[in-house]
Parts: sequence; structure tokens; C-alpha cells
Amino acid sequence: MEHIRTPKVEQVKLLDRFSNKSVIGTLHLTATHLIFVESNSTSAQEIWILHHHIASVEKLSLTTSGCPLLIQCRNFRLVHFVIPRERDCHDIYSSLLRLLRPVSYDELYAFSYNPKQNDQQREEGWQLIDLAAEFERMGVPCDQWQLTDVNREYKVCETYPRDLYVPITASKPIIVGSSKFRSKGRFPVLTYFYQEKKAAVCRCSQPLSGFSARCLEDEHMLQAISKSNHNSRYIYVMDTRPKLNALANRAAGKGYENEDNYSNIRFQFVGIENIHVMRGSLQKLLEVVGTRSLSMTDYLVGLENSGWLRHIKAIMDAAIFLAKAVTVEGASVLVHCSDGWDRTAQVCALGSLLMDPYYRTIKGFMVLIEKDWISFGHKFADRCDQLDPDPKEVSPIFTQFLECVWQLTEQFPQAFEFSEWFLIQIHEHVHSCQFGNFLGNSQRQREVLQLKERTYSLWAHLLSEKQNYLNPVYSPSFAESHPVLEPSTQACHFKFWRNMYHQYDRSMHPRQSILKQVLTFKESNRELEGTVQALKTKLQKFGVSTSPLKEDAPASTDGERTVEGSSATENGYGELTGSFGSKNEPAVVTLEFGVARMTC
Amino acid sequence: MEFAELIKTPRVDGVVLHRPFMPTVEGTLCLTGHHLILSSRQDNTEELWLLHANIDSIEKRFVGSLGTIIVKCKDLRVIQLDIPGMEECLNIASSIEALSTLDSVSLMYPFFYRPLFEVIEDGWQLFVPEEAFKDLESMTDEWRLSEVNKDFSVCPSYPSLLTVPKDIDDESLCKAASFRHGGRFPVLSYYHKKNGMVMMRAAQPLTGTNGRRCKEDEKLINATLCAGKRGYIIDTRTIAVAQQAKARGGGFEQEANYPQWRRIHKAIERSNVLQESLIKLVESCNDQSHSMDRWLSKLEASNWQSNVKEILTTACLAAQCIDREGASVLVHGTEGTDSTLQVTSLAQIILDPSCRTIRGFEALIEREWLQAGHPFQQRCAQSAYSNGKPRSEAPVFLLFLDCVWQILRQFPCSFQFNENFLIMLFEHTYASQFSTFLGNSVAERVKLLLSQKTVSLWSWVNRPQELERFLNPLYEPNNLVIWPSVAPQSLQLWEGVFLRWNRSTKCLDEAYQEMVHIIEYNKELQNKVNSLRRQLAQLETEDSPLQTP
Repeated sequence: MEHIRTPKVEQVKLLDRFSNKSVIGTLHLTATHLIFVESNSTSAQEIWILHHHIASVEKLSLTTSGCPLLIQCRNFRLVHFVIPRERDCHDIYSSLLRLLRPVSYDELYAFSYNPKQNDQQREEGWQLIDLAAEFERMGVPCDQWQLTDVNREYKVCETYPRDLYVPITASKPIIVGSSKFRSKGRFPVLTYFYQEKKAAVCRCSQPLSGFSARCLEDEHMLQAISKSNHNSRYIYVMDTRPKLNALANRAAGKGYENEDNYSNIRFQFVGIENIHVMRGSLQKLLEVVGTRSLSMTDYLVGLENSGWLRHIKAIMDAAIFLAKAVTVEGASVLVHCSDGWDRTAQVCALGSLLMDPYYRTIKGFMVLIEKDWISFGHKFADRCDQLDPDPKEVSPIFTQFLECVWQLTEQFPQAFEFSEWFLIQIHEHVHSCQFGNFLGNSQRQREVLQLKERTYSLWAHLLSEKQNYLNPVYSPSFAESHPVLEPSTQACHFKFWRNMYHQYDRSMHPRQSILKQVLTFKESNRELEGTVQALKTKLQKFGVSTSPLKEDAPASTDGERTVEGSSATENGYGELTGSFGSKNEPAVVTLEFGVARMTC
Repeated sequence: MEFAELIKTPRVDGVVLHRPFMPTVEGTLCLTGHHLILSSRQDNTEELWLLHANIDSIEKRFVGSLGTIIVKCKDLRVIQLDIPGMEECLNIASSIEALSTLDSVSLMYPFFYRPLFEVIEDGWQLFVPEEAFKDLESMTDEWRLSEVNKDFSVCPSYPSLLTVPKDIDDESLCKAASFRHGGRFPVLSYYHKKNGMVMMRAAQPLTGTNGRRCKEDEKLINATLCAGKRGYIIDTRTIAVAQQAKARGGGFEQEANYPQWRRIHKAIERSNVLQESLIKLVESCNDQSHSMDRWLSKLEASNWQSNVKEILTTACLAAQCIDREGASVLVHGTEGTDSTLQVTSLAQIILDPSCRTIRGFEALIEREWLQAGHPFQQRCAQSAYSNGKPRSEAPVFLLFLDCVWQILRQFPCSFQFNENFLIMLFEHTYASQFSTFLGNSVAERVKLLLSQKTVSLWSWVNRPQELERFLNPLYEPNNLVIWPSVAPQSLQLWEGVFLRWNRSTKCLDEAYQEMVHIIEYNKELQNKVNSLRRQLAQLETEDSPLQTP
């Protein structure tokens, strides 16, 4: 590979982020990965970092032990190498600079990644998620909603998918007229249908209303949405932006719906901040939690000042508002922000997940992401910095959505089929560019890139290792007793998601994982059930009728399992650290189901 | 005194009880000498039995002739009683106030409580110092059990039997006692079997401003060092606070007089500061405002989590000195009855696997808190809702439990008990039918004749029927030292105590039950497999396939 000047450097020191520990190893640079292999043969840990995961590389000033290289990853991993010779360091540095800035889509890992599947398997992978089937599941098309072919050629809106669902009373001229009155042509379309009350969740972008402009077709469009629901005389229009932002947009000829022009709408601002605020917020959060020897005061003050949890709560509040309007009042809701692909995606997706237990299953969650994020044109390429980026377009919008879901799993441990490792793994791959799903900014672009022919689908990959992502205490019957989730929105119930933002900082994790332990028990139960069956069959051959469970004397169930002690020095309790040499510690359990295991 | 004198209105009908996340109950309110009882007099409806001792403070409100009493409990629960009739309401309120603030220990409920269960294993006999010493003797012969304090005259807050270095006679102990605050001379707290290192605890030395020294004290603690070895003195106060203590006759060990010891100062807050911290924390947890910024800044301002982190860090440091550096440790603060005990008891949980079992943890509480003279009665007289000026109340033990919970969170499979066990202990330190946490020292408990007149908490807890609730289904004995992370990101607010009453725990409880079910089912299946295998093996050896058993 032409960009790699030095493929291998030996005697590289890897410093631990939060303690004074370090290990020596060899650094390898390949076309797709940066790999560190520890020299110590007994533990020999390996770190594989995909170039696409690298957010920034920094070369610090030379020290006596060598040249430090600081690598920050999008999955919140931070590695600090010290390379003995400055020349090597510079070579690695400049190679990485080039490698982590691919100039064309063809350079992305997805186009070279080959999991050794044939074309048929690849195709099957892409067919796993079928959005037409999903709308059918919701009960659409129906007597009030129909599929329109107006966007078949991406002519009305190039950031929308081809297949769109609109009220039957919305004629083509109305649709086209409405789309001309909306930012980027993103006119109101159906994203979720709550069959029980025939209430619809629709999404769009802001109207080009300026200070006084109006559009009869757009007004008709909203009227048509309203009319399609006989349960409610009004629809809610949720502008997910803070009012100030919406006001400011009016000066640019954009803005929000004037209640006087639209009959029977209830207009509501919900105040989620824009992508720039969110980017800054995450930046601040990471700075705080990346501090060494962080005091509790600095942590809590930093958490507050970053505003991160405040934003998470704002998104959750908006989704709860949406779910209540639909399920309690039976009203249809139209959601928008500015362009209708960030905050709108967050609120629609999270709101649907609160209303519909299907989206809390593994398959359903994939469908939800495919629908509200991928097909409706959340700009993954820009937001996740996939290709020659504009730093002002990068923003953790999707990460926030995943975090909101995690906050819900904490409040409702039995409601979700998946555990947090599923969320973390999805996050990992949104940035890895290893699979085709999240490449590009819109469906249209994906078709041009021929992703279905040239890359693999993440969903097939995740389903193949489903075992790792199961929530052992998931209860399908929970969905029956709680079809709609009603989370608490008290501030104290929102927590810092350690396993996401410190996924790679082992010293911070619990040393034993309840999740892993219970999963093991569950797995063992399945095996034992099989064994019981097999034994019964054998016994029947002896002509013995077998007894039901639970009548035998208890027997020993001791199974040897390694236990973990972790280390005192690693944790840095103060004073003594450094004054005495650190010793070898018992190995710490690996909690990371979520680590992306990449194939070269 | 008769309780009847304090009860102005023993009974009111038509009272409505409101509890968070529970349906309201209408019924009859009764006041007895020790309980507030609300009964709907219908079957299947839960009755409320509240110990007066559990009531921290009350508030009255009136709307017309309907009175409302808000009852704030020491376990942090807040309930509301709507009482028809202004006079009844006032009477009830003043009766509750009088009954919940009784000063005399002998009027406390444990002296009136008669157990409805048969005491099989008397908790008073479970953890006697002689037994603990037998264990020690099996490991080392360097120590002896001294009776120097048998009438509690050398140190009123110590028990009658103390473990001290074999070579130090009682006379030296008395001299060392006179050099330590409250007579609390250095005694053995923990012996680390793995390397023979020890942890001792004491109160501050009385060096005063002119640097007094005491040869016997120096000899006493040096006797615990192996030849050529150095030890660590962990002073739980900052150096500034320790300096200030000199002016009041206290102080710290001077390097010159204790050359074999390295002194480390930490910053665990004193008890009055901790009480303030608890009040602020509970206030922020009960804040109904939904603002994130407000919550985080109030949580921070309470300093509670900082206190947890500091105590845990100090305990880890002590454990690190012993296990990693192979050095002996002496821990003290000022009186040696609060922060000192937090550190010594937590260090043992980190180091000693037996402290992570139910019995072992009970023994630890007996040894390091009850017999070591933590003034429970003073510290737990009031909790977070008290209106009055705090006297000597402080959540010292609650902070210890919080730290244990933090370690339990990080090592969820290494403890025989679960979170409920810790919460139960918290409740019983503040109000209980058992007398284990009455009194401030062994001497006081002996004087009160507790073991003759009252029932020990352990007599109740250790019954298999009760224990079941407290067992951790994930427990697997772990013989290693367990080092918790003390990074702020790894420490959490103890929701089970502080958010217990302002959220519905139904979903969390059901998830826990499901986990228990999975594990129990596993045991069942294991048994089934074993029995089927035995059956099969038998048939195969009999080699008579047609015969039925």
C-alpha cells in the first residue's frame, strides 16, 4: 500500500490512560488497521484499531523515552503510544493522517471487507430487513394511508426513500406543492402508524414560511393527515427545536407553522439543541471523563457543564410527549426540526420504540434504525465523518439516540430483547465503515454506490452473533403488560453511560459482570434441558418412565470459574503509586462483547 | 412514665394514607406506645405499622377542617396522613412528636418487644471476642487477649477484652492509653493471614503543642513490626486538621519518635460535616424539579459521592499497604470511633473473603463497629429530615454501607449477601425492635442488660426464613483480594436507599426475580441431570434392560 512507509515498529510503549502502567510491544500498520501486539508472551494482548475509527492523531513533543503519539477514536478509545525513534513516529503519523482521510468511497473498508460469503448469502443479508413489510405490519396501506410513487425517481425529494406513505386524500399536486414549501423538499410523510387508535406519526422538514409566506398545498397536506384520523379533531405539530432557533430561521425564509393558517393544529416547541451544540457537548463530556485522577466534584460539575445528560433528557422528554399524544389522546403528530433528519429522526424513532414493543426486539430495532435513520436520510456520512469531512457537519446525533435507548433499558430491564452490548456494537459499526448499511447520506447515494452488490449488511452479521447481545432477563410477556413504556423523566434517573464512553477503559468497569454471568446460566439451562431430554430417551429404552423435574436431592453444582481480583496499582489510590514497583496482577475479565473483531 | 400520658388521641377513624407509588388507604389510625398503626379493617389491604422511633420529623398542614400530617421517616420515606378534624389532627401530631423523641433508652421498643419466633441461635452469643481470638491463635502466637479493660476503666469505649502484642504488658497498655484520645490505645483490628501483616486502630496521640511522647505507645506499635520492616500510619485527617488538633491536646505521631513508620494523611470528613452532607443529598433526591442541571449541581453540592470516594480510597490505600507493600498499618483519626472504623472495616472487606459472607459480615460489624465503640445511639438519633440542630448525629455507618454497596456493584458475584441486606442494616441502625444498635459502647450495653432483656438483630436475621431474602444468587466464594475502582465514573449513587421512595421499583424487582429464577432453574436442571445419570448408570450396570425399578 503506497501510503504506508513503515509497516512495523518494535519496542513501542503503550501507556495506560488512567494509571502509570505501560506495556511494550510491536506496532503494525496495515492497509486497514493499526495493530499493537504486546511483547510479553504470557498475556500478549492485541489491540486492533480500524483506520476509520481514528478521529484524530496527534504527535506530541519528543521526550527522553521517545516520541509520543496520541490516537483518539470515534468509539471513545484513546491510545497513547511512545515510539522510540522520532523518524518512525513521524512515518506512522503521516501514514495515518493519509489513511484516516479516505478521499473516495472506494477506499472505505466495506469495499474490501470480505467475510467469505458467497453472493447469495450476501444478498440474503440485505433482504433481512424489508421496510414494505414493516409498514404492512403496522397496517399500512389501509383505508386512510397509501403508498405513493411520487418519489420513485427521487425527483420530489432526493434525500427521502423511493417508497413513501401519505394520506389517501393527498393528491400528487398537493404533495409536490407541499414539498416545494419544505426545506430540501422533505414534505410530511408517514413514519409510524399506531393501529389501535389509527393515529399517525409523520415527519417532515421546516416550512419555508419566513415571516408571512404560506402554501395552500402544505396546509392541505396537514389537513389530509388530520382527516385521516377520526379519533382526534386536531394534530400536533412538534417543532423539536428551541423556539429561538426556529425564530432565527424565519429571517432565512424558513421557520415554523403559523397556527392561524393551519386549521386544527396544536403547535409545540420541544427545545432540543442543534448539531453544533451536541457536538460541543460531547466534546466537553469526553474532556471531563478523560481527565486523570478526576475528583468527584470535577466529575459532577463537568457532567453538568457539558450539558450532555440535559440533552439526552430533552430528547427523551420529546419522545414521551409524542408517545403520549398518540397513545393517550389518539392524536396524530407531525414532527420536524430544520431539515428533518437529525432531531426528527431521534424523536420519531424513540417515540415509536416507546409505543411499540416490536422495536424493542433485536430484529425490530434493526428495522427501526433502517426506517427512521437510514431510509429517511440521516446523514451518516457527514455526521460520522466517513469521508473527507466538514468538521461542522459531524455530530453525535445517532449516539444520543442509542444512549436514550440505553437509559430506557436501565429503567425497564425486562422490556428489551437486547443488552447494551448490542447498542454499543451498532455504534462501533456506524463508524467502522466495515458494512454498507451506514455508508453515504441517503438511499439514493447508496444505490449509486451499489452497496448491496459491493458490500455486506451489518444486520446479518449481528444476527449471526445474536447470542452475545441477548438480554437474559428479557420477558416477552412484559410487552403485553407494558405495551407503551412510560419512563420516569426525573433528572436523577438519567445516568452516565460508562460502558459506552469508557468501553476500552477496563479499570473502570465492574470486575464481574452480572449480565455475563446470567447469560452463562441461561445458556447452560438450554444445554441442560437438552441433556435431560437425551437422558430420558435413553432411559425410555430401558423401559423406565421418567419422573418430572424437582424431586431429586440436591447435588453439587460447583463449577470452577475464574474470579477476578484486578489490581491495586491500576486504580491509583494515591500516595503509593509509583513508589513501589507494580507487580503482575491476576487477569481482569474481559467485558467487551462489544469489541469489534475485524477481519483483515 | 406511662405512654398513655403522651397519647392524647389514641384512635381516629376516616384517615387517608398516601404513600409514594402505592394506592391510598383509608382506615383507622391508632397510636400505641411504640407504633403508629393505620388499618383499613378490610382483608387483603396492607396495614401500616410504623415505629415512632423511625419518625424523623413531622409537618402539619390544614385546609379547612381537614388536617394533613406529613411524616418523614429515618429510612427516608415520606408519607402523608389526611386526618378529618382539626383537633384530632393536632392531638395526633403532638402525640407523635412526643413519642418519637423519647430520650430514655429504657423506654425504647426493644425493651417491650417480644419475638413471635423462637430464638434458636442467640445472636448475643454469636460473636464473642474469645472466639475471634481462637482463630487468630491458629495463625500466629504473637498476640494475646488482655483483660486490662475488664471494668471499662482504662477505655470506656473499648470492650473488656482486647487483642494486643504478646510482649506488651497491661501496665504499658495503661500508659499508652493515657497517651491516646479517650484511652483508645492501639489494638489489633485485622491479621492478614497471607503475609502476617496487621492492621491496628487507635485514637489520635495526645502530643499537644509541646510534642509530648510516650515510650510505651512507641513500643506498643513497634512490637507489631517485623524486624527491619517499616509500617504505615494512616491518619484519616488532613495534615492541617491534624496540626490544629494539637492546640486541643491532640496531634499525630512525630517522625522523630516513630522512625519506623511513614505517616499518610487522608481527608475523610468529620461526622458533623457528614450529617450536613446527608441532609443535602436527601433534599436533592426528593427535589421534584426535573431540571438536569439543578439535580447534578445539588448532588455535587451535597458532597456525598465525594465522601464515598474518599472513604473508599483510604480503605483501598490501607489494604494496598498490607497486601501489596507487605507492611503493617495503624489507622486513626481523632477519636478513632468513626472514620477509623470506616477504613479498617472496608479494608477487611477488600482483603478478607470471609468478611463477604453473611456471618463474616455480621462478625465484622460486631468487631469493628459495635465492640469497637462506634456511638450508634448518638450517631443515629436523627436522620436526614431532622429539623433541630444536629448534636452528634452522623451517617458514618450509612457511608460505610454505601461503600460496601459500591464494592458489591463492582464484584457482584463475590458477596454472599445482596443489596437488601445492606438496606436492612441501615434501617435497623435508625429504628428497630432489636437492640443490637442501642447504646454507644459495650460498657453501655452491659449496663442496660441488653442481652438479658432484649433480642439481638442477629437472632432474627440468621433464621433461614429471613436469610433467604438477603442471599445473593450469584455468589461464588472468591478467595482473592478485591480491588474496587474509585474513579468517579465507577461510583454510583446508591439508588436503593436514596431514590428508594421516589421511583416505582416494580420493573427492577421483577427483573431481579427473573434472574433468581434463571439461577434456581439451573440448579434444578443440574439435579435432574445428575439423578437421571445415576438412574441410567444403575440400569446399565444391572444390565437388565427389561426390568423396571
